[in-house]
Amino acid sequence: MATHIVGDTAVLTGRTMRHVTRSPDTIITTAIMPVAIMLLFVYVFGGAIESGSVSAVNYMLPGILLITIASGISYTAFRLFTDMQGGIFERFQSMPIARPGVLWAHVLTSLAANTISLTVVIGVAFAMGFRTSAGAPAWLAVVGLLLLFTLALTWIAVIPGLTAKSIDGASAFSYPLIFLPFISSAFVPTRTMPGPVRAFADNQPVTSIVDTIRALFAQQPVGSGVWTALAWCVGILVAAYVCANIAYRRRIS
Amino acid sequence: MLSGMSILPVADQAQAPAIQVRGLEKSYKDVHVLRGVDFEVTPGAIFALLGSNGAGKTTVVRILSTLLAADAGTARVNGFDVAASPADVRQSISLTGQFAAVDEILTGRENLVLVARLRHLARPGAIADSLLTRFALTEAGGRRVATYSGGMRRRLDIAMSLIGNPPVVFLDEPTTGLDPEARIEVWQAVRELAASGTTVLLTTQYLDEAEQLADRIAILHQGRIIVNGTLAELKALLPPAKVEYVERQPSLEDVFFAVVGDPTTSSASSASSSPNKSSTSSTSSTSSTSSKE
Repeated sequence: MATHIVGDTAVLTGRTMRHVTRSPDTIITTAIMPVAIMLLFVYVFGGAIESGSVSAVNYMLPGILLITIASGISYTAFRLFTDMQGGIFERFQSMPIARPGVLWAHVLTSLAANTISLTVVIGVAFAMGFRTSAGAPAWLAVVGLLLLFTLALTWIAVIPGLTAKSIDGASAFSYPLIFLPFISSAFVPTRTMPGPVRAFADNQPVTSIVDTIRALFAQQPVGSGVWTALAWCVGILVAAYVCANIAYRRRIS
Repeated sequence: MLSGMSILPVADQAQAPAIQVRGLEKSYKDVHVLRGVDFEVTPGAIFALLGSNGAGKTTVVRILSTLLAADAGTARVNGFDVAASPADVRQSISLTGQFAAVDEILTGRENLVLVARLRHLARPGAIADSLLTRFALTEAGGRRVATYSGGMRRRLDIAMSLIGNPPVVFLDEPTTGLDPEARIEVWQAVRELAASGTTVLLTTQYLDEAEQLADRIAILHQGRIIVNGTLAELKALLPPAKVEYVERQPSLEDVFFAVVGDPTTSSASSASSSPNKSSTSSTSSTSSTSSKE
């Protein structure tokens, strides 16, 4: 059975990818909100926000990309929940297939769909005047960090996908995740915030990830922040993966 | 000694039940759903598990298809213990649950190809095409399942369950919510399945469905099998029917098919109508006697 895990996961991923390509609106709606926020912050609030020497769009983009991921992963919860509601999930469970493949197919699809949404958002950012001198290694580091963050958040999304009682409950969990970048260094420097808010903003995962991506795009040294960012991503990933698998085992026994 | 050893396994194999359930118990919190269920199904038979809503039929099917662990008792499917070797059980079965387990966003053909691939079969496309033909879905095969009628979904669902020819098939309320024509289509599919040697365990709350299809019928009531036998044996439990002359009124089903007169289902309905007529007349005579008393 273990020998089939790669093949089974590939077949099941092909299935969920068709769900994405047959409702391209899920990719568009994932990209629309971050793009709207980006337009708002750059062209409306941009003048009032102090971004130093960098252009507003250059300053905002890292946070916008994290918002894109946070809104994109809610579709994973939605698709997983729909599978549980219909009989298809039980059909897979009663078939001689590698069981981890059922969840991994949804996770891999989330990575692919979010990659497309992120590409759209970055494309819009370039049209709005985003410029970077980052070379291939820096871009690879940005892409790697974004994918790792997507992977971590997707495993969080698996938990409500498996345990929610209603479709609204399955999607609602992502709102706090979407808001997290607002209370970080993504749009305004944290030093302008009042004490307790600043303490939260400085020590939550988004700030370290945003700072790292911003430094990579600006070709500046990332410092020790990159390790904080990686530690957050890996920590969230491991915790979410363990919880998701506990929820999965509860669900199938 | 030597001859005994060679004969015993053969005799064992000939009589080994396809499904064997002993003392099965299951509770959800403080609700005792199954209180010691015992039954056996011989290979190639259609076994109907009859019971009202909430009697525990689905729980039995879920345990037998490795989706749920029993609290007590044993269950063997195709010779494999569901708790000890679930992977072997899954290899031997297919499950058609209460809700059509189909992917609405994929086309009918893609659904079949998906299952064929997951069962690691060669030429999944050819398997899909032959099943589409067999279940009269060829024309709809390229359409998304979301556009299918309830009967078409069920047919596709059953077709998906047959991929890989599993020796044991579980059908959990296969005709719930279907119109009469679709029901007869599903019945036909189940009969063909059993004719090809597959063991079918069917749950239903429709008494006529069990009467039409099943070789053996078990009634699950309050967590136990209270009756288990052939239709004739079950009927023998009641006082013999008196012979009376009763004007035979056409059933609503007869009227429906006479009015609709769909040529594609007329062969199926005529094939099933002869046992149907005899059973309705016998039940109507017993009911008339009881109403007199």
